[in-house]
Amino acid sequence: MSLEGHLVLALLEGLVSSLVVALTALGLSLVFGVMRIVNVAHGEFFMLGAVITWYVSTAAGSFLPALIVAPLAVGALALVINRVVLRPIRYDPAATIVATIGLLYIIQQLVLTIYGPYARPVVPPFYFRVDLPWFGYSGYKLVVAGVAALLLVATWLLVTKTTLGLYMRATQQDRETALAFGVPVDRIYASAFALGAVLAALAGVLVVPEQQAHYLMGLDALLLSFMVVIIGGLGSLPGTVAAAFLIGMTDGVVSVFFSPTLARIIASGLVALVLVWRSGGLFGDAAA
Amino acid sequence: MPDGKISRREVLKTAGALVGAGLAGKLAGYLPTASGPGAVAQAAAPSGTPVRIGFEVHRTGIGAVYGKWFEQTTTATVKLINEMGGIAGRPLEIVAEDDGTDPKRGVEVVEKLALQEKVDVIFGTLFSNVVIANAPRAGELKIPYFVVSEGYHVASGKLNRYVFQPGITDVRAQVTAIAPWIIKNLGKKVTMVYPDYAFGYDHRDFFGQAAAKLGGTVQALIPIPPTETSFTKYFSRIPGDTEVVYHVMVGPGVLTFVREMGEYFGSRKVKLFGFIDSLEGVDIASPGLEFLEGSYIWEAFPRYAGNVNTMAERNYRQRVGVDASGASVADPKDVSTYSHMFGCWETLYVIKQAMEKSGYKSPTPGDYKALIETLEKIQRFDEGMEHPQGTKRFVGRLHQSFGRQFISQVQNKKLKVVYMTKIEDGMYPPEADYTTQPL
Repeated sequence: MSLEGHLVLALLEGLVSSLVVALTALGLSLVFGVMRIVNVAHGEFFMLGAVITWYVSTAAGSFLPALIVAPLAVGALALVINRVVLRPIRYDPAATIVATIGLLYIIQQLVLTIYGPYARPVVPPFYFRVDLPWFGYSGYKLVVAGVAALLLVATWLLVTKTTLGLYMRATQQDRETALAFGVPVDRIYASAFALGAVLAALAGVLVVPEQQAHYLMGLDALLLSFMVVIIGGLGSLPGTVAAAFLIGMTDGVVSVFFSPTLARIIASGLVALVLVWRSGGLFGDAAA
Repeated sequence: MPDGKISRREVLKTAGALVGAGLAGKLAGYLPTASGPGAVAQAAAPSGTPVRIGFEVHRTGIGAVYGKWFEQTTTATVKLINEMGGIAGRPLEIVAEDDGTDPKRGVEVVEKLALQEKVDVIFGTLFSNVVIANAPRAGELKIPYFVVSEGYHVASGKLNRYVFQPGITDVRAQVTAIAPWIIKNLGKKVTMVYPDYAFGYDHRDFFGQAAAKLGGTVQALIPIPPTETSFTKYFSRIPGDTEVVYHVMVGPGVLTFVREMGEYFGSRKVKLFGFIDSLEGVDIASPGLEFLEGSYIWEAFPRYAGNVNTMAERNYRQRVGVDASGASVADPKDVSTYSHMFGCWETLYVIKQAMEKSGYKSPTPGDYKALIETLEKIQRFDEGMEHPQGTKRFVGRLHQSFGRQFISQVQNKKLKVVYMTKIEDGMYPPEADYTTQPL
């Protein structure tokens, strides 16, 4: 294969993975930004999105209902978790980490018990192969990238242009003052947590026709999300997207031209460098 | 929220530890074993103190699909053994314990089974990283440990005299047996795609050696990290004139791997030879596997009924609860790990045979010595109810069995056996001799 061929492949792979990772990480970043908590169970919302998609698409015989049902179901679960777990511990940061670690295992093991240990495939809603001069590429992957980009824009509009978004930003800046101005902080917390879960679930729904639903798939999603938000700056949405592109494109190019293992090493090295030199992340507020 | 900010470092430490633990769990190797006994005891109901076999099982973690089926097979075998008189007239009892497919927990399970449960012997365990971690501890505790793993670690001599793999052929023998067929029928220029850990390296090393002897060339080696979820980027490293892509992948990414390979190559003709390890627990008719149609796959024991037409095979299939397509009788979506789990059945029959022959009574050093020395002297296990996969040659100094292998073609989304090796095809000069180690 020629150099252009390799380059096109590297950029395509990088683009697709950047957008999906950005979508997954955005929820984690949003939850941290607004609520100042770290949701260790974030990857499990991603996994639940994928697993529910398998159930729904198997029962309905089509993928599309899952696109609605799975995020709503996961969002509803997040609301319940917020009410019965996070609120009673008053969103205490350390307690939240421990509680969400517990949730991670509870969700994972429940899925193992009910859904089983299998990696089950979901039929994509459509299928076509894009024939490039050098190689073929999955059309579905390109559509996933497009949809992920649209969802990122939609989230951005929600946060910057709506009242809910205004409340979220106000809560993020100063919870007490926001409360004093009549911002329903409790409900904003619930919405932010649910929105974060919905974004993760949507990413799960979108990738499952490419990856299969498996009860451990949330771990990778969590790892990548953490890398992205650490580099981008926890709580910074533009930082999250920028870092996702940095990691995704580096991964694409280095994987194709050198080796995927080297790409992982570089990404982990980047995380270490950011922590040492700029612990707030590239776009973060101050060092936390 | 703000009663406290979390430092980024704490967040990271926690997240890192968690994710690290999860990922470590995913890095796994693989292996199975098999062997078998002879006489069928048509005895009265077993009585007396039960023989207790500790069963270390991958109920959770990355090996959970295998664990589920290893457990189902074990339960079926124990039921049959007890129906037919037990072991030397004593009932057989299984003490099962989950190891999470985790080497660290595996060692704890070995200790718990040996010291707390005081079982007679330990058996089970597929993933090679877990086996390799467990084996030294079993040796220290001086308790016989029967693995059903398929890795070359037992026969390599790296483990110790207490560890046996009598129920399944090791990967070196598998690869040695089928390499000539691949080079002769598919092509001489081969690219290998394999998982980037010990199990993959066994494939790389032993297929590479075998291919070179037959005039084949391995043109490119493509190791894939075990946590990979996207594979297209690796395919650019497959040379344009490669004739055969040899793929062995383990883990949940296999469907993606095959589909992306199909998308990448399109109509370009490249012959595929794969290992069923990638597709254990996966329906061959799954969407996305269309690209495998016409390609060839190694099987240790053919998944689809009718390929091995013996009464022993039918009896085994029915007792374990597997239908003609290799899925659970109870749920056709629940596809078995047919090419590995027979190793549990056959290993339990080997334990029974060795215990009965050696006059084993209780977990004492004397009885263990007799058990181990008796087993080391056995040279073959004949095909039959106890050994449905086929006759095995057992090499006592290696603690390893050797059996026949199958090559199947994907035809109409099913696997059809097209070639069967002889046992001798896979045998290699032994490098180890466990019988010289003290007990």
